[in-house]
Amino acid sequence: MPVTRLKETASQTAGPYVHIGCVPSFAGLKGMYGGQDLGAVMLTEATQGERIAIEGCVYDGIGVPLTDAMLEIWQADAQGLYNARNETRGTADPSFTGWGRQPTAADGGLFRFETIRPGRVPWPDGRLQAPHITVWVVARGINLGLATRIYFEDEAEANATDPVLSRIEHKARIPTLIAKRSGDTYRFDIHLQGPHETIFFDI
Amino acid sequence: MIPNRPPVGGAYYPRDLLVHPPAYAPTYKTSILRSPQKARIGIDGSLSETTGPVFGHNILGELDNDMVLNYAAPGESAIGERTIVYGRVMDQDGRPVPNVLVEAWQANAGGRYRHKKDGYFAPLDPNFGGCGRTITREDGSYEFRTVRPGAYPWPNGVNDWRPAHIHFSVFGDGFAQRLITQMYFEGDPLIPLCPIAQTIPDKDALDRLIARYDPARTIPMDARAYHFDIVLRGRRATFFENRKEGL
Ligand SMILES: [Fe+2]
Repeated sequence: MPVTRLKETASQTAGPYVHIGCVPSFAGLKGMYGGQDLGAVMLTEATQGERIAIEGCVYDGIGVPLTDAMLEIWQADAQGLYNARNETRGTADPSFTGWGRQPTAADGGLFRFETIRPGRVPWPDGRLQAPHITVWVVARGINLGLATRIYFEDEAEANATDPVLSRIEHKARIPTLIAKRSGDTYRFDIHLQGPHETIFFDI
Repeated sequence: MIPNRPPVGGAYYPRDLLVHPPAYAPTYKTSILRSPQKARIGIDGSLSETTGPVFGHNILGELDNDMVLNYAAPGESAIGERTIVYGRVMDQDGRPVPNVLVEAWQANAGGRYRHKKDGYFAPLDPNFGGCGRTITREDGSYEFRTVRPGAYPWPNGVNDWRPAHIHFSVFGDGFAQRLITQMYFEGDPLIPLCPIAQTIPDKDALDRLIARYDPARTIPMDARAYHFDIVLRGRRATFFENRKEGL
């Protein structure tokens, strides 16, 4: 290990115009990058797994939904494999990148991801984690991207033994990580502040 | 020279929060209601954090990293000071981070963004969109061609101006390395006055966001060049298979 480790580059807010760089078609830049924003569509017909949608809002400290935020999600495929260079356990579904990116709507602030239910992924000690999706939120006023996790309310048994959920001391806060099901859509709201402040992780 | 080997599954070094702005930075007013108030909970590198999405060079169009031309009508080009911004993406151990997506966005030469929420007086340039993207080469290097963005006023204090800056979004091998930041230009008197730049409490950390003018990389009679390196989190040398780490 070198003696002089470099310092990580400092974060700065994504600002109000993040859409231009990350979701240019959403921002109105017609035809940019072939006309489809990266991460906007996660599924093809060939993707294996149970289709689900996740939607919600990101609320500020006085309960106003952010209309200028951007979210990214990262998840395993239906078998619990990541479509990543350093996935060594097997080959993930080639029809599923596992990565999605969506803005919150300019009108009302809703975000929506159409994806599949992720499989279970092991913790470093071999225990299985409950099915979950990693979420990363950036926006004007957020100085360092915020990471959280989506778990599923209908996976209660797996959630009960999940290594991450188990280490949370304030059990009353765990529901902030649990998406609520209605039909094929899960609702997952993020509260940046207040009594229902979402648990954010230092990942 | 450390060989450029595929990334291993080891956990990332803990994030040094002292180089980052705090969530709550009241001189940057929007952060007041958007900053979490409770401590974050550590996740020490499960696969969900040490893996990350892969983007192939095949997603790139020929002009994706050329903001001078990528929104311009045929035969036209963006107005402004033609500028090369280049550098290297590396990890904290100085290893290149190849094949990762780097996205950039910025205001035009007058300080105006092509965005419906930007109503600044400076006019839009019909030939300038304001975004670019590229994927790092094997040595971690990247390059954009653009026009130098203008400074612009913004509603915060009574008279706050953003220094000329380019926003950067950078992926790594692991999702834990994901980073969004802003690059400034050497010599800009607005940097020490900017409430957003000044959210970074560590002077050296802010200094590393300031790109240096590089006469050696200018293209004579064409464009000037600025150098901006990006450092992503490094990871422990341990292999995932050997780790037996409990809670
Ligand atoms: Fe900006």
